[in-house]
Amino acid sequence: MEFVDYYKILGLDKNASQEDIKKAYRKLARKHHPDLNPNDKEAHKKFQQINEANEVLSDPENRKKYDQYGKDWKHGEEYEKARKQQQQYSGTRSEGGQTFSGGFGEDDFSEFFSSMFGGSGNGTRARETKFRGQDYQAELHLDLRDVYTTHKQTLTIDGKNIRITIPAGVEDGQKIRLKGYGAPGINGGPNGDMYITFQINEDPVFKRSGNDLYATEEIDLYSAVLGGDVTIETLGGKVKLKVTPETQNGTKIRLKGKGFPVYKNEDQYGDLYLTYQVKLPINLSEKEKELFRELAKLSS
Amino acid sequence: MPSDHLIPAEKFCTQHNIELSFISLLHENGLIEVTTVAQTTFISEDCLPDLEKIMRLHYELDINLEGIEAITHLLQRIENMQDELRVVRTRLQLYESRNI
Repeated sequence: MEFVDYYKILGLDKNASQEDIKKAYRKLARKHHPDLNPNDKEAHKKFQQINEANEVLSDPENRKKYDQYGKDWKHGEEYEKARKQQQQYSGTRSEGGQTFSGGFGEDDFSEFFSSMFGGSGNGTRARETKFRGQDYQAELHLDLRDVYTTHKQTLTIDGKNIRITIPAGVEDGQKIRLKGYGAPGINGGPNGDMYITFQINEDPVFKRSGNDLYATEEIDLYSAVLGGDVTIETLGGKVKLKVTPETQNGTKIRLKGKGFPVYKNEDQYGDLYLTYQVKLPINLSEKEKELFRELAKLSS
Repeated sequence: MPSDHLIPAEKFCTQHNIELSFISLLHENGLIEVTTVAQTTFISEDCLPDLEKIMRLHYELDINLEGIEAITHLLQRIENMQDELRVVRTRLQLYESRNI
């Protein structure tokens, strides 16, 4: 556990007035507020620090105690005194400055703060106002083939099982909100929400771009040259295709409606783009080699 | 996913200790959508995260409505650009894997 320099966090010196503290806090809070820096963990951390600094410095009693014992909190005697004083203060804590919620929970205070002042932050606003609990962010990893069809999945959040429907066509990075599954509210405020971000794992065969799929299909030399029928696997099942004669290596074909289902519009599908890769024969027999030689002579 | 759950604006304001006029003002400025049924104003449940965010910006950071409008617009742009970046990254991976 390390000493936390609250003055440094707010960019102030020890002689700062209450007005200076308020100003510095307000300025920094505007800069690092989580609503203005979504998904920015650094800003989130910084905001917690400035909230904690303000919690201590804007309250004259807390500030006095911090100034007196803060830096030497490790030194037994003073620390003990501070602890005793802390007990006296608890329950009669005087009016502190405004503390911003920013969607934070109760336990967003440092170990240093807890040991010095006990428990979680307890600013005026926090006691008087109901705060919505913090929103939780989670990731759910799914395979591409999992999201080809709508399916239900059971998740365990804080020991509770919840069953969610994952609609077909969900995209990588897409978010859903589970209302009330975030951190509990403060002072009887509503629970926060749980945001689940879907992370779609890459498929070894099909690459997805929007609602279209891309794949490579191997065909043998003879089908490529002479044409023929090939049966290919799509995510929706097997499809029989006619290969036109003299198909070149790398030829791309489009299979309309054989791609990925459109999110929330499951009767519509994207397209599947197949690239033919002509597989050349190996381990030729003498007879085959002879025939190829003849072909070579014919075409030269 | 859109839901049809509507919350009476008055109830929301009582719970959050804010003036009903604040909701009207947000609606007039196009920051939230409200539904009026039989002269009662309702807020869609889907609007709640945005509305709560706006409340925090206004009441905690003292940002006025014009500021909130600008912030909302810029955050939306950031989100759109992040989405676009994600799509472009996926496409790039697609082309890179083809060229290997």
